[in-house]
Amino acid sequence: MRRTMLYLPGNNPNMLTRGYLFGSDGLVLDLEDAVAMAEKDTARILVRHFLRQGEFGSCEVTVRINGVDTEYWKDDLAAVIPFPALQGIRAPKVDDAATVKIIDEELSIIEEKNGIPVGRTKIFCLLETAKGIWNAYDIASASPRVAAIIPGGEDLTADLKTSRSSEGTELDWARRMLVFAARAAGVDPIDTVFPRVTDDAGLRKETEFIKQLGFEGKSVIHPNQIPIIHNVFNPTEQEIEKALKIVAAAKEAAERGQGAVSVDGRMVDIPVVKRAEYTLVKAGLLEVK
Amino acid sequence: MAKNALGREIPEFIEGYGKTKLFQGAFALKPEGYRAGGKIRCVNNTCTDKRVSGIKAAIAASGLKSGMTVSFHHHLRNGDFVVNMVIDACAEMGIKNLTLFPTALFGVHKKLIEHIKSGVITRIMGSVNGPIGQLVSEGGMDVPVVLRSHGGRPRAVASGDVHIDVAFIAAPTADKYGNICGTQGKSACGSLGYAFTDAQFADCVVAVTDNLQPYPAAPVSISQLNVDIVVEVPSIGDPAGIVSGTTKVTRDPLRLLIAKYASELIEASPYFKEGISFQTGAGGIPLAVTAFMKEAMIKRGIKGSFGLGGITGYFVELLKEGLVERLMDVQSFDLEAVRSIGENPKHIEISADWYANPWNSGAAVNMLDVVILGATEVDVNFNANVNTEAEGALLHGTGGHQDTAAGAKLTIIAQPLLRGRIPCVTDNVYSVTTPGEVVDAIITEYGITINPKRKDLLDACSAVKGLPLVSMDELVSRAHKMSGPTDPVATEDRIIGVVEWRDGTVIDVVHQLKKK
Repeated sequence: MRRTMLYLPGNNPNMLTRGYLFGSDGLVLDLEDAVAMAEKDTARILVRHFLRQGEFGSCEVTVRINGVDTEYWKDDLAAVIPFPALQGIRAPKVDDAATVKIIDEELSIIEEKNGIPVGRTKIFCLLETAKGIWNAYDIASASPRVAAIIPGGEDLTADLKTSRSSEGTELDWARRMLVFAARAAGVDPIDTVFPRVTDDAGLRKETEFIKQLGFEGKSVIHPNQIPIIHNVFNPTEQEIEKALKIVAAAKEAAERGQGAVSVDGRMVDIPVVKRAEYTLVKAGLLEVK
Repeated sequence: MAKNALGREIPEFIEGYGKTKLFQGAFALKPEGYRAGGKIRCVNNTCTDKRVSGIKAAIAASGLKSGMTVSFHHHLRNGDFVVNMVIDACAEMGIKNLTLFPTALFGVHKKLIEHIKSGVITRIMGSVNGPIGQLVSEGGMDVPVVLRSHGGRPRAVASGDVHIDVAFIAAPTADKYGNICGTQGKSACGSLGYAFTDAQFADCVVAVTDNLQPYPAAPVSISQLNVDIVVEVPSIGDPAGIVSGTTKVTRDPLRLLIAKYASELIEASPYFKEGISFQTGAGGIPLAVTAFMKEAMIKRGIKGSFGLGGITGYFVELLKEGLVERLMDVQSFDLEAVRSIGENPKHIEISADWYANPWNSGAAVNMLDVVILGATEVDVNFNANVNTEAEGALLHGTGGHQDTAAGAKLTIIAQPLLRGRIPCVTDNVYSVTTPGEVVDAIITEYGITINPKRKDLLDACSAVKGLPLVSMDELVSRAHKMSGPTDPVATEDRIIGVVEWRDGTVIDVVHQLKKK
């Protein structure tokens, strides 16, 4: 599950130590925008140290590296890839498939050098420019490493030569485009952060909207946002009850050698069963298959 | 040297304190005998006005002399002018060698240091914090300070352990015959709870007011029966320091996480039912617990019977919304609480005696289901220290810690595992304030740690899916791992503080810090 991926500033030991306690599905240890230029080395060393011996609970652990247009990104990768705790990297400013391929190649070199199965490290791509959004499908399908694509917020808005509104009008099309591209390529669409950290009602509204669009989850900038987002993404009691019925009926039908089955007067076929199973996974009632 | 029930070494006699009684257990000591009486007064109709002109005249009229004991309440908190005003005047009048017996002291009272150094004050019975705490901890007073809880203090007075010669009571409103209250006037502070026992037992009671009203003033908290002298001054305090604005629930995610776990423990406990009573105080974590409990109470359709202790606007909101039936207020923390206690008959003013004294016919804490407390450190035996900081200096008063812990059915200490780099959970606390036998659970950001003697709570929590239970061993080893080794506090042999359990026995002593 990737309902929530919490950014932790890579130069803040306090947050790095305790970040996992807030119960997000994933963590993004940040070497990029949260870290000032003068602190880049400090953050890299600190994040490396935490990947070696820190605790992360059941969170999916990723590191946001600096962009391929900077002098830092290769050092970032070399510092963090060797540790088994790391599951993926979040790459900023991915404009096209070529950027993914450059990162992919570098990852393979480092993995090989460290005796790690090549391809283990996933890539989470941040699409922060108009060009990036336009190329969303190509990016999502540029490498089997790509696990998710994520629209930028502030950077994308600036690139569109507009400003961020509370309704998110300017991001509307980008978000829809991104969900289509991600689903078409078979990767997860994950939304950008909600920057107004004390506006709980606004966060809930935006999360409800992006869930309806088809997003898998949201990037998170403050721990207090996690329960609100989970609350939106978690299935309701009625949804769980219905899903349990469907899964039970399908299981019974399979045991009897039947394909389709009817639940509450509605035909239940494989996609419906799959969706019901997914509901139960999200409710924590079924292991991920 | 003898060991008390917690294995703490306590001398049989402490210079400046006297013979010690050893702590035997939270409820072991059974008192006998009679309460202390007070001085008989007789006022007939030749006295119809108790006013004197100016604070020095009041001091002179009270009969205060060198070597006596003076008491004050702390309802004006960091805005208080009265303690400094009275002691300054004593100094000018040549009065020396006083025992100061406040219900608490605040930063604003650091001016007393000059009077300690010059010998006007030679003994303090009450909490010392900030600069005065540092001074005492470094050996700046010849006589040890005595730390008592909010319930232990009225017990000490009523049982005769402490005799008050003159009580100076800051009175936000008074009339000329000594009827006073705290809810009216420009220096309104709400409840006057801590002042009641002093008014009842002191040989002479002086009301110091900046809001004189025609006789008879109403409402009345402390009546003319116990007040001997009234003195009007331009101002008794700075309103900005007396009460804060509306207290808000924290947004600090770590504190919210701890509060959430505390609230989940309460919800899992057998006490979360119709009529629950609780005390949560004004700190960041406790206030957030109240907010989470409110949500849970609404969700489960439960209403509480009363909220106790220091009252905040948040508690007032619960009362207004009908989620608790009554507030029992010994201290009003913010403007909302002050307003409410003045207007709402369901918001009751209670004395410290009523609140917490173990030696009366039943204190309010006995009726308490749940209390959330903090501590500077807790040890593997669940003993808690609230009096000293990690470096060994006296820093906090005991407050109602001991009393509520002893009274409540579920006592929770909620705090982050580390403050900065300093662990809050240790093998052995530097100084014990509250014994582990009355502490039921510790909550940190790592989860809920239940005192093994509360198997019922352990079972109740185990039955709830997803409650993060952490054993004490695991918690301590985590603290060790995160903080690394810490040097023990370097001290001299001399005792500078005596920590009494609420029944007057000595639970621990605090030693003078070694010069660095």
